[in-house]
Amino acid sequence: MIRIDAVTKRYPDGTVAVDRLSLEIPDRAITVLVGPSGCGKTTTLRMINRMVEPTEGSILLDGQDIRQQPVNTLRRSMGYVIQNAGLFPHRTILDNIATVPRLLGRSRRQARDRAAELMERVGLDTALAKRYPYQLSGGQQQRVGVARALAADPPVLLMDEPFSAVDPVVRKQLQDELLRIQEELGKTIVFVTHDIDEAIKLGTRVAVLRTGGRLAQYAPPAELLSAPADAFVEDFLGADRGIRRLSFFPSADLELQTAPLVRADADAGTLAARATAVPYLLVTDPDGRPLGWSEPGRLTAGAVDREQLLDYGRPFVPGTDSLRAALDGAVLSPTGWAVAVDGEGRAVGVVSQQVIGEAIRAAHGRVAERAGEAAGR
Amino acid sequence: MNGFFDLPSDLGQSWLGLVGLHLREALLPVLAGLLVSLPVAQLCVRFRWIYPPVLGIATVLYAIPSLAFFVVLIDYFGQSETTVMIPLALYSLVVLVPAIVDGVRSVPPETLAAAQAMGFGAVRRYFQVQLPLAVPAIIAGLRVATVSSISLVSVGMLIGNQGALGNMLYAAQTYGRPALAVNAVLTIGVLGMLADAALVLLRFLLTPWMPRKGAGR
Repeated sequence: MIRIDAVTKRYPDGTVAVDRLSLEIPDRAITVLVGPSGCGKTTTLRMINRMVEPTEGSILLDGQDIRQQPVNTLRRSMGYVIQNAGLFPHRTILDNIATVPRLLGRSRRQARDRAAELMERVGLDTALAKRYPYQLSGGQQQRVGVARALAADPPVLLMDEPFSAVDPVVRKQLQDELLRIQEELGKTIVFVTHDIDEAIKLGTRVAVLRTGGRLAQYAPPAELLSAPADAFVEDFLGADRGIRRLSFFPSADLELQTAPLVRADADAGTLAARATAVPYLLVTDPDGRPLGWSEPGRLTAGAVDREQLLDYGRPFVPGTDSLRAALDGAVLSPTGWAVAVDGEGRAVGVVSQQVIGEAIRAAHGRVAERAGEAAGR
Repeated sequence: MNGFFDLPSDLGQSWLGLVGLHLREALLPVLAGLLVSLPVAQLCVRFRWIYPPVLGIATVLYAIPSLAFFVVLIDYFGQSETTVMIPLALYSLVVLVPAIVDGVRSVPPETLAAAQAMGFGAVRRYFQVQLPLAVPAIIAGLRVATVSSISLVSVGMLIGNQGALGNMLYAAQTYGRPALAVNAVLTIGVLGMLADAALVLLRFLLTPWMPRKGAGR
């Protein structure tokens, strides 16, 4: 555990970058520091590996003051990922990744073997090993940055806006990749960003800092969305707070209806039987993959015109996706029903906006109950 | 017979001998200049405030004519190669110091931050990150310094035939053989170009990490 204890950073010109900040950063989780520019988030991160020394207060790593070990020993025990990757332009990808193991005295051979292993772990083609950084895309360079930080298998990973300079599509890939790697490795990650969506997506806990380096709120993302501490946090979270919060409600409990599912090659009898039950039918191909919605009267057995079908929006996977995805699917579909599919993309049922709405209310109820229990204890 | 490469015997050297002498008198000062410039430039990077005065001193030194240097230096080193080479070494500073300072400063800040964060000490950071990345800028400076040094060596003829190929210019006058002057000028020009080409090649070999699109300059 990293314990930041009443830390202040004041510069000689009087500017206060961090103001009596206290945070407990749990092991094996991603803790995100988020806030507008000038909130001291990067300064805070850099105090953890002593690239910045606090003016007051102390930082403890597993109970020991970080000033008790030589500074370079401390730094080599913490991976560091920076915006724009900060790779060494004059070293090959493999040697960039092998940097810290080499500093720790591993042989060149060992360090390079380890580096090659890490390239695979972060999703880089090992054919890139002998290339130089300028030959890689921004996203690839950032992956190298992550691999380099992980090379010596440090328990702690410090990440300073690592994905800010890449385009949104690559950023999403890198975020997903980080979550996957974290699932495998379970590092203690401190992640700095100014992007609240990134914070909510990645953080196990999120610390919102305000300008002047004061802590505004420190909570798990779902709590941040449901109960922002003050107007600043609420404002920083931005619009659609309620919708985004649905990301934390599971869709597994939604009651799915299978009656409206009908295959494109269904016979007249089946069509007639289904037609009475529901206002719309979801037509699927013979494998069960959704094709589109149709009013029952417009369907003729054996001759489904795919052009006539209504768009079915974006299907969700019950259990894997959240209520947000389910609601999104229902809103996108002109019929107001969301389509649920399995991992293979086969329709397993449909669910109406009303049912999703009830599930949301139920989820709120459960959260309130838990909060009540917690308060009662 | 008076062939193009046959020199008057009082020059005391064959043409090839003069070429070797010329290269030594031109390149040793640049090398000395580089050895002085590296630590000086590092100080200028470290303590920003000393850079302007250092640059001022280098510029003033460059403005002093070599003859003026010779007058002073002859008292200590006589009419020797050393007397010729000391001013040349000082002249090279005006190019080399800024070249190295710019080169070291051009290292991307995130690269330096990453080096620091990975536990590089200041010395390791200088030798393993800043200096290698400054190589293109240093070599660009060396190219200017080397070519100008090769041409400036000739002045040494003024102090008793210490100007290597430049001595041929004097001999051309004395013996009424203009061909000697043509020879000297051409040879010095070719040496300059070859030295420059050698440095470009050196940079190419030392920096496989640089983008190679439109290589050359």
